[in-house]
Amino acid sequence: MNAPALSPIVLLFAAVFTSNILLSNFLGMCSFISISGNIKSSNGLGIAVILVMTISSAINWFIDRFIMLPLGLGFLSFIVFIMVIAATVQILEMVIERISPALYMALGIFLPLITVNCAILGVVLFIQIRHYTFLQALLFGFGSGVGWWLAILALAAIRAKVDKSPVPSGLKGPGITLITIGLMAMAFLGFSGMLAVQ
Amino acid sequence: MPLVIVATLVVSSMSAVLALVIVLVDLVVNNYGEVKIDVNDGAKTLTVKGGSSLLSTLGGEGIFIPSSCGGRATCGVCKVRVASDVGPHLPTELPFMSGAEIKDNIRLSCQIKVKADIKIVIPEELFAIQRHRARVAEIVDLTYDTKLIRFSLLEPAEMKFTSGQFAQIVVPPYERVREETVRAYSFASTPARPNEVEFIVRLVPGGTATTYLHKHLAVGQELAVVGPMGEFRLHDNEAAMICIAGGSGMAPIKSILFDMRERGIGKPAVWYFFGAVSKRDLYLVDLFRELEASWPSFHFVPALSAPLPDDHWDGETGLVTTVTKKYMDEKMDKSAPKEAYLCGSPGMIDASVALLKSEGIPEDKIYYDKFS
Repeated sequence: MNAPALSPIVLLFAAVFTSNILLSNFLGMCSFISISGNIKSSNGLGIAVILVMTISSAINWFIDRFIMLPLGLGFLSFIVFIMVIAATVQILEMVIERISPALYMALGIFLPLITVNCAILGVVLFIQIRHYTFLQALLFGFGSGVGWWLAILALAAIRAKVDKSPVPSGLKGPGITLITIGLMAMAFLGFSGMLAVQ
Repeated sequence: MPLVIVATLVVSSMSAVLALVIVLVDLVVNNYGEVKIDVNDGAKTLTVKGGSSLLSTLGGEGIFIPSSCGGRATCGVCKVRVASDVGPHLPTELPFMSGAEIKDNIRLSCQIKVKADIKIVIPEELFAIQRHRARVAEIVDLTYDTKLIRFSLLEPAEMKFTSGQFAQIVVPPYERVREETVRAYSFASTPARPNEVEFIVRLVPGGTATTYLHKHLAVGQELAVVGPMGEFRLHDNEAAMICIAGGSGMAPIKSILFDMRERGIGKPAVWYFFGAVSKRDLYLVDLFRELEASWPSFHFVPALSAPLPDDHWDGETGLVTTVTKKYMDEKMDKSAPKEAYLCGSPGMIDASVALLKSEGIPEDKIYYDKFS
């Protein structure tokens, strides 16, 4: 039940690069593929994911440590974590609509869908099962968000290039995108021997 | 304490706390306070509560921007020029905007929210649009799925409209529909009777407004009717007139044709092609036959696309566009100038426009009202 002896800063970089939530765990794929066609929306959604991941990692860490664990309610963690994530997204949605209607419309259905983005729940559950300290949890959550943002931006940039290239007609759209993601994942795999956070 | 009670307590109190936080944030974030709307460079200044769409805010102040979809960004009719900065065009607005309109900051009033003081420019005639209290005077079954509804206007008691225009019927909340539903219908009656208006409503399966108008509306009931709106109208010239309308699209054509008769306006030739599927979809045929008998230059051609064997149909058969083409090729003066008035579904309009252009009618002489 002890926290792993990893410096939170190392964990932050590990979450961004070596165990990128998207490219090493393949979590949060659906919005990754559908939004990455547009760099601007990808950037917006990436930032929204960073915010939701960081906030819900922090809140859920406290709930897990001070409510669920002492009361022996570990079996409820899925429900409670999802509730917190949903509320965070709801609040973020209102704030984005107020600050930037254009981004709000561009994100469309994907903003509320962050609620069920498995990357977010995945990060929260990793924090729970690996017994991170608060600082580790916060930086792991933030780092995973940044990793997700980086991955979707990179994919969006690659897709912008691919769109102008002669792709065999049967592979256009999702086909070539999935192959691209596979190649990206392989590149990120190169980092994986450096650190073991799992 | 048993675990099940602890678990229930924890989950419910956590939901309560989260709900409270959301409500509090909503109160702070979505509170825009009082906002001023400047209409036509100071001609009118409205002080309103911010946070709602421009379309509904103006409607609440008695300025009715024409709209046929009721604020869902599907018709693109509620365009307004905004003279102050309200941010870039939204993806929902762009499909309806030309480059010049974007440059002029023409916006869909249903899509922009009134958040800060705003300046707008609207045509003067929009001030003439009023919300009328109206009583249902008569409901006539035209076919199994189409009704003619006649309203007597109560307050204001007269609506000065032009034939071809439309009005919005405001359907009150009913059953599971919690909000008012606003839908546009063309006048089927003529301006000669400004205190009574008629609409032809075809039942759309699952449609909120048409279901209400068909299944719940009763004679004597009061509703609100907002109008008049729209640019579809008779053009004054010496061209032969070709009208094509199917389904409930007959309404504006009926209004225009009977208005011409009442005011004694003539055209060298007037053709009305009425498209339907089978005989059970045809209606008011006798009325137009009578009009044909008393008006030598008027010709009424109903066409059935798929008559049933029991129909014993001896009239024209085929798509209304096919029949129109046949008549244009065989019965009409090829060289005479022509113009066309269309009303119906987007598919029918597109097919008709393509046909009429191939028959040599310039695009700016083809007028239409597309249902959306």
